[in-house]
Amino acid sequence: MKFKVNGQEVFASTGGRPFDKNKPLIIFVHGSGLTHMTWVLQTRYFAFHGYSVLALDLPGHGLSSGKSLKSIEDMADWISNVIDAVGYKEASLVGHSQGCLVTIECTARYPDKIKTLSLMGGAGAIPMNPDLLALAENGDPKAVDLMMDWAHGPAGHFGGHPVPGLYHINTGGMLAKSRTIKDTLGVDFRACDNYKNGFEAAKKIKIPTLSILATDDKMCPVKEGRKLADLIEGSKVDIIDNCGHMMLLEEADRVLKVLKSFITTNYPSKN
Amino acid sequence: MSDNNKKKGPETKTYKFDTLSLHAGYQPHKNAGSRQVPIYQTTSYLFDDVDHAAALFNLERGGHIYSRISNPTVGVLEERVASLEGGTAALATSSGMSAIFLTVMTLCEAGDHLVVSSQLYGGTVNLFRLTLPKFGIKCTFVKPRDTEGFKKAIQKNTKGIFGELVGNPGNELMNMPEISKIAHEAGIPLIVDATYQTPYLCKPFEHGADIVVHSLTKWMAGHGSSMAGILVEGGNFDWMQNDKFPTMTKPYEGYHGLSFAEEFGPTAFTMKARAEGMRDFGPCLSPQNAWNVLQGIETLSVRMKKHCSNAEEMVKYLLAHESVAWVSHPSVPDHPDHALAKKLLPNGRGSMIAFGIKGGKDAGVAFINNVKLASHLANVGDTRTLVIHPASGTHSQMDEATLKFAGLSHDMIRLSVGIEDIDDIKNDFEIGFRAARKPRLVSNQ
Repeated sequence: MKFKVNGQEVFASTGGRPFDKNKPLIIFVHGSGLTHMTWVLQTRYFAFHGYSVLALDLPGHGLSSGKSLKSIEDMADWISNVIDAVGYKEASLVGHSQGCLVTIECTARYPDKIKTLSLMGGAGAIPMNPDLLALAENGDPKAVDLMMDWAHGPAGHFGGHPVPGLYHINTGGMLAKSRTIKDTLGVDFRACDNYKNGFEAAKKIKIPTLSILATDDKMCPVKEGRKLADLIEGSKVDIIDNCGHMMLLEEADRVLKVLKSFITTNYPSKN
Repeated sequence: MSDNNKKKGPETKTYKFDTLSLHAGYQPHKNAGSRQVPIYQTTSYLFDDVDHAAALFNLERGGHIYSRISNPTVGVLEERVASLEGGTAALATSSGMSAIFLTVMTLCEAGDHLVVSSQLYGGTVNLFRLTLPKFGIKCTFVKPRDTEGFKKAIQKNTKGIFGELVGNPGNELMNMPEISKIAHEAGIPLIVDATYQTPYLCKPFEHGADIVVHSLTKWMAGHGSSMAGILVEGGNFDWMQNDKFPTMTKPYEGYHGLSFAEEFGPTAFTMKARAEGMRDFGPCLSPQNAWNVLQGIETLSVRMKKHCSNAEEMVKYLLAHESVAWVSHPSVPDHPDHALAKKLLPNGRGSMIAFGIKGGKDAGVAFINNVKLASHLANVGDTRTLVIHPASGTHSQMDEATLKFAGLSHDMIRLSVGIEDIDDIKNDFEIGFRAARKPRLVSNQ
């Protein structure tokens, strides 16, 4: 569906079901340079099981208009504005990679609005490889190829996707190339590299939090994810083996199973 | 510091073509450690519970319901071909023809129109010329070299351009990069049948194609044992750029108001072809045949190198032969598309040769009836050398005018060069040519 935030048109997938304000809201926030489509194997389940879902395209990404936001802090405020714009007072947040930085910061800034937090491939900081950052800022498609290479674990490089016929390395790459690389991936990578408040923000979080980490994640390794989780009071950690950073595609079913259990327990729907 | 020691920056280490040919789409640790892809010879799959069943039917999660829609063995083949083509997703079918039909039916509705290359496999010509009009889908044929003709033929209701990169059987090339620009300016996709090339010789997505179809029965499998087809999606076509594709962009009643383009983006076409096309038409590939094709794909690059080197040897042999009137193959320097072929087919120009035999139809018949090693049959892309006389075989259902428009002559022999020892192929052809000359020698006495 489309709606406006700060005067700019925003697109969000509702998981294939009509958006219903009487149901609890889950907001999914994608990673650097990507779009709402990365969440297709998680959002549809919740949309069919009593939740209203918004898998967002961040400004300037996917089908959303405007320019990419330049800082994680701006993105965090924008998420809060999204909640207001769709007429809700609260929501549950799910983030992947850069989306984890955004949702951590948003939760720390707006503690009354956010009811649960689910982090996938999250860390307190995501410093960028300088070569990768330069390639992305120069709009070089090699940046996307490198990101997809590093973001997939050894098993993920072979494929074997739960959706028959879908080859996810190429699919992820195509998502990241769907808009101008330097205006999406380049801006996002710089925002990640600049963001230094992740660990301080984590200390302020007092809501149920889940971290899903993957043993073969080279971009946000398990030890970095644990370091972040240790700062969040009572947070739960689930580690998926034989999987890389793109866990939401590489091991979509296992991720959904963990997410489903966490959200339905901590943010149940009455519908 | 020497240039060799300068820091080059990071390089991708994603698997390359030959490795993907053997491994893509399959993880042994998820299949009881079986090194070879298992053949899932089953019609249907257990649901964990009612919730799981509903999730699969609602496309909430990936998985298999019924082998008409998808099958794990077939799924490995689909991912493997998608990976080799550089595509986002693929859907395997029971034959190349069903892949084309499914592509058209996913793209078009009654009242729509397609612009189609005139030089196609005879069965494909008949589908576009005779069968699709029964569904209310009309086509305009354009000669493959007439790039501007494709532009002129586009109408308001045109939904795509279709062609074989190298036409069957005349070996005329479509200027794929230019024709893709024409298609994209009109907001429609370019669909390319790349059966003759396989992704080893050409990856059409790198030259502007949006959907690629194959008869996997041919070079991809190579062994000539199994029928199979596939459609592959490039993932780059924006279905939402105009209002030409409402079945991709508007809520679809068959899946609770789902918009395929919004929900699945770069895999939307394949998702729709599977969810709607396989559900309603059902041209599914058997797991056994999928497995057979996978065995062939494992050696694709090795075979294609030999196919191409043998073909180039045969071109030289035929060009020098007294019984041959003409030879058409993109490797021939005076072939009208030679330069384009070098650009689009850098790894080899393929193993399909068309040649004219002196003495016309009678000589052609004598040649085909007398070769012993080369097989006379209606297939191409076998590891064995194949020959046929198109005007009396593959394209025999065309009338004279259609034959002429498709660039077919009565002296034409279509040769699919195999990977036998090249000397044995030449020796066999000598037997054929001797027999072809004999009637004329007798009549001259």
